[in-house]
Amino acid sequence: MAAPTGLDELAAAVGQAAAERTPLRLRGGGSKDFYGGLLAGDVLELAGYRGIVAYEPTELYVTARCGTPLAEVEAALAEQGQMLACEPPGFGRGTIGGAVAAGLSGPRRQQAGPLRDFVLGVKLIDGMGQILDFGGQVMKNVAGYDVSRLVAGSLGTLGLIAEVSLKVLPRPAAEITLGFDADEAEAIARLNRWGGQPLPLSASFWCDGLLLLRLSGAAAAVAAARAKLGGEPIHDDGAFWQGIRDQSHPAFASDILWRLALPTTTPPLALPGLRAIEWGGGQRWLAGDLESTAVRAAAARAGGHAVLFRGPESLRCREGAFAPLEPGLLALHRRVKKVFDPQGIFNPGRLYAEL
Amino acid sequence: MGAEEAVFTPDRAALVARLKALLPAHCLLLDDEELRPYECDGLTAYRALPLAVCLPETEDQVRGVLRVCHQLAVPVVARGAGTGLSGGAMPHAQGVVLSLARLNRILRIDPLARQAVVQPGVRNLAVSEAAVPHGLYYAPDPSSQIACTLGGNVAENSGGVHCLKYGLTVHNVLGLRVVTGEGEVFEIGSAAPDAPGYDLLALLIGSEGMLAVVTEVTVKLVPKPELARVVMASFDDVGKAGDAVAAIIAAGIIPAGLEMMDKPATAAVEPFVRAGYDLEAEAILLCEADGTPEEVAEEIDRVGAVLAACGARGLRVSGSEAERQLFWAGRKAAFPAVGRITPDYYCMDGTIPRKRLAEMLKAIAALEKKYRLRCANVFHAGDGNLHPLIMYDSAVAGEWERAEAFGAEILELSVALGGSITGEHGVGVEKINQMCVQYRTPELETFHRLKAAFDEAGLLNPGKAVPSLHRCAEYGRLHVHGGALRFPELERF
Repeated sequence: MAAPTGLDELAAAVGQAAAERTPLRLRGGGSKDFYGGLLAGDVLELAGYRGIVAYEPTELYVTARCGTPLAEVEAALAEQGQMLACEPPGFGRGTIGGAVAAGLSGPRRQQAGPLRDFVLGVKLIDGMGQILDFGGQVMKNVAGYDVSRLVAGSLGTLGLIAEVSLKVLPRPAAEITLGFDADEAEAIARLNRWGGQPLPLSASFWCDGLLLLRLSGAAAAVAAARAKLGGEPIHDDGAFWQGIRDQSHPAFASDILWRLALPTTTPPLALPGLRAIEWGGGQRWLAGDLESTAVRAAAARAGGHAVLFRGPESLRCREGAFAPLEPGLLALHRRVKKVFDPQGIFNPGRLYAEL
Repeated sequence: MGAEEAVFTPDRAALVARLKALLPAHCLLLDDEELRPYECDGLTAYRALPLAVCLPETEDQVRGVLRVCHQLAVPVVARGAGTGLSGGAMPHAQGVVLSLARLNRILRIDPLARQAVVQPGVRNLAVSEAAVPHGLYYAPDPSSQIACTLGGNVAENSGGVHCLKYGLTVHNVLGLRVVTGEGEVFEIGSAAPDAPGYDLLALLIGSEGMLAVVTEVTVKLVPKPELARVVMASFDDVGKAGDAVAAIIAAGIIPAGLEMMDKPATAAVEPFVRAGYDLEAEAILLCEADGTPEEVAEEIDRVGAVLAACGARGLRVSGSEAERQLFWAGRKAAFPAVGRITPDYYCMDGTIPRKRLAEMLKAIAALEKKYRLRCANVFHAGDGNLHPLIMYDSAVAGEWERAEAFGAEILELSVALGGSITGEHGVGVEKINQMCVQYRTPELETFHRLKAAFDEAGLLNPGKAVPSLHRCAEYGRLHVHGGALRFPELERF
């Protein structure tokens, strides 16, 4: 099928798939084909439905069609000195719709919060081909259930995110990166200690005995924090943190990569393959052919969970990309899925085999 | 589904017998005079007497009450402190009020991880007070924070005067423990940065007690800024004040708080708190900067310059923490202050794009004439959330009806201007008709199906938050609002 370029065309394509019970694989830039479980169904290309619909810097929002390249949105914001503060990874050719569907956040999440915090509204095509509007473009809106944030991170299994409105923020006036020598345990301890202080920490990255901190904010705040923290200033023109965000940094180079989301205070885990720590200790990356049961169990014991972030499709399908849900919660997920996609046509198996 | 209003006809004697077997006597209220204090929440215009009020002290008792009500098909209305302003906790006349007020313990505070786990009946301010020794606090600060509970904050996705920078409840709650209408317990969210599966946490926050009952809340605590100072600016024109708000944001500043009050609001507040507000001004703006002393000094300078360039006729900067508190005292006391100059007031909660503020205030001024009622406006200007306070006297025949119609017009205009009928107070029973304006049938049907995914029997807070399609059809017959142009001749305001 040719890539649709209009909203009604997209809705019609979904409606037809629903009528024929044909599974659809929703695809923006294809930058995250590696992520999640099974890739099944007829590909519905979304890259043709693109363009920024509205951007009002002083209202702090941008609305874009799903196929708009993330880079295009970010360039428009940068011209006005603004940004997507959660720094969603684009992995090169990612789209705004794909970023919201995947729900991934970059290094600045530590300070700004996750992507879903910035979702103000969506235009969603549900599994019956209906075009639905949830939320809006204003900062505060509690009318109706918060469907806009529910679909963030749902990997396209609840509906086709045709348009999205995101809150934007000003870029910080000043930004510096500091380096500290620290082993894993020391890095975790320091990050938590600093996290409890009013410091403008906007990102952290530990790898191989070196802890890097990014400070962002008003020039005076950054200077004061630098004086307080010490450490060695590291030159960065933005490329270093971009490399963390898009995982082009060598720490992420591996055929099999595990992402652990943990309470920040979790001490070093007795697991092999640690490559990097981010988000003040809350996100840790492990590489290699690890025993998935052991990884998942260790993460769960610590109060978190483990994602098989990259790996051969056969492995992701066998082990599940995401930590299994207990039966009651899985049943609830199936009921929620059915609300939006009763025929189960959207991205079957991409999030969980049962959805 | 959701097409018709549900009807419940429970057997009260059977219900009372089961509840008595379940709860100790001091946890169950049955007499009319005991039930009376629960007949409304902060929106006193809507009242109903429930069949019973349950005051469980444990999660097991909460589950027990929910199971009994599920078996007997009895509606359940969860309630915190009852400070809500949309009638979300108004009882169901054929139902039970499930008060979470006695689940009021702070279970633990982890200063290193900057998290607290609390029961739903813990007061908002109590969380911040408990975190003081660690230099931390809980950021959302609704004006009712001295009384309102975390459970209620979760139900309404409450905001406050600092949410432009620090977020709403949804941005500050990490996890919930909830019980469904059938008594099933779920852990939602996590002490980790995220949890597997759908973001049900976002869905539950702000769901107005329609999906599940909260029994535990894990919140994020943030470091207390070293210093905060407030700039107070007065303007001789509300339009200029609105432009100044946009100019501050255009300058790349996200203040910790950015609030506006119009002349009737300052006039009501000043004799009450003596904050030194400029009573000649048409509007005053309060803009707070927080952070390190150097950062605050820099931001105050920049904000002051922007405000002056926007035509502020007077600028004052708080010189001490006491003075900062005083500047805020008037804003935080705006509701009670207005309550002193009028027998009753009706607080609205629409949000609009900031740039439409002057237009909205002009429309409200015209509506004051149309309905022959006065209105004072306080405004979370930074995030476009307007709180018009419509003054009326419920003892005068017809005044409440006029106030209600006045409010409905403001809400529908909020939607027409590109905003929402509620920014932080919730839909409850109050704005149920305006939901028919905000959403179309397919979205409302989705909401009804979502509710059924959690609460198939439809017993949790029935009749609130999401209108039945039948109701919208009736309302639509009264209000013509088809198509995009619901207010084709805005100038009529």
